[in-house]
Amino acid sequence: MTEEYDDIILADLSDEELIEQMYDDLYDGLADEVAEGTQILLDRGWEAKRILDEVLVAGMTIVGVDFRDGILFVPEVLMAANSMKAGMELLRPILADTGAKPIGKMVIGTVKGDIHDIGKNLVGMMMEGAGFEVVDLGINVEAETFAAALIEHRPDILGMSALLTTTMPYMQVVIDTLTERGLRDDFTVLVGGAPLNEEFSQAIGADAYCRDAAVAVETARRFVEGTA
Amino acid sequence: MTQTVISSASREVVIGFETPFTVIGERINPTGRALLAEELKAGDFSCVEADALAQVAAGATMLDVNVGVPLTDEAALMAQAVTLLQSLTDVPLAIDSSVPEALEAGLEAYRGKALLNSVTGEEERLEMVLPLVRKHGAAVVAICNDDTGISPDIDVRFEVARKIIERAADHGIPASDVVVDPLAMPVGAMPGAGVQALELIHRLRTELKVNTTCGASNVSFGLPNRAGLNPTFLAMAIGAGLTSAITNPLEPTLMQAVRGADVIMDHDAQCQAWIRAHRAPAARDGRRRGRRRSRG
Repeated sequence: MTEEYDDIILADLSDEELIEQMYDDLYDGLADEVAEGTQILLDRGWEAKRILDEVLVAGMTIVGVDFRDGILFVPEVLMAANSMKAGMELLRPILADTGAKPIGKMVIGTVKGDIHDIGKNLVGMMMEGAGFEVVDLGINVEAETFAAALIEHRPDILGMSALLTTTMPYMQVVIDTLTERGLRDDFTVLVGGAPLNEEFSQAIGADAYCRDAAVAVETARRFVEGTA
Repeated sequence: MTQTVISSASREVVIGFETPFTVIGERINPTGRALLAEELKAGDFSCVEADALAQVAAGATMLDVNVGVPLTDEAALMAQAVTLLQSLTDVPLAIDSSVPEALEAGLEAYRGKALLNSVTGEEERLEMVLPLVRKHGAAVVAICNDDTGISPDIDVRFEVARKIIERAADHGIPASDVVVDPLAMPVGAMPGAGVQALELIHRLRTELKVNTTCGASNVSFGLPNRAGLNPTFLAMAIGAGLTSAITNPLEPTLMQAVRGADVIMDHDAQCQAWIRAHRAPAARDGRRRGRRRSRG
């Protein structure tokens, strides 16, 4: 392969040019370049929280919109999320030290009896891309495990996934468990999975049904911003 | 060579190593089809009827029936759908549900030997579904996951298949009545999933000597031009040893891949089916108007 263009030297770019370039690099899933750009901004004295919000999350928002609109596809979104992670690894220790808060926190899992996790993982990654802290409980998660995790992590959002008509009623069991413990109103409950629909989501007392990962992110954002 | 015979009251279909590929039409399934779900909920089967006839016309030799709509009596719907479909068409059915009561209701309404879709390696499912298969003399689709989930390791999935086949034997169900689904996972989300599925299909065929089936459209999840990718996977899977698929016969490229694979696998004697499907229209008006009677 021949290079048609000279390599861009990220360190030579102004802040503004660098950010534009990082949006492109996130979009193209270039992890090393995103990490390098992140380090340059840190070296220039940018606060970690500002880099996260104005560069990484803003860049992933562009990715999310194009995914929603069918311009980008799953492997590209996974690469973009991975490249964001490369930047996040540099920011995370600093964010932890400074006590900066994520835009929101989510506990997510596939409900008891169900072992499907591709969609759930995609939602988790997109949520991290949007600046949420995500606690993933994995597959086959019992109501008790959900309840314990909610008490421990105090998230804004509970996300549940089910891919089977036999397992989706278990979402109701989880919600009922939360209601019994007086916890239900402390969290926004989002549900998703192939056999679900809006009507089912309402019937079991969830706050919203999310058709795909992009919709899940938009919905979660609206809830934490109080615009839902 | 392994043969799985599925039948309706008047027609037999053989899934096997030496027979043409079996296309099980997947369209009668409300997942992701809002209109069909609405209709089923209201007890309206017009979409089911239309889907059945269109798929058979397109070349499906079996039909999968799934009526899993949230907040409905799935067992009652299944019995109605099975009875209706058997009055409309003579192709055998795959009774598809994750609800045991719906599987049972479907089997009770069914005339012939059905394919039950499905059992997994999960302990509870094995003990719920296999007795039903035995009681009704059906065949069963065995999905290669167990209580620990869908393993990314094909050796683990292979062992799950082996376990289900052994357990079926304990219930008096022969291995020839177990059709294994190796689970074709999305290649876009799991790199390597395609080649792994091909390897597993090959091992199931050569080591366990069982028939196989899979949902061939899952492979392309999250990618553009799925109608281009699915037939490619299916043709390769047939080459690896896949003997049936639950898929959409209304996709012309998919049926073309299946017909083509039948030719290449030598399951289309003298390429007759291929020729019939692709002879230039003009030739039909030529000399070959009908069969000539033999002399004498």
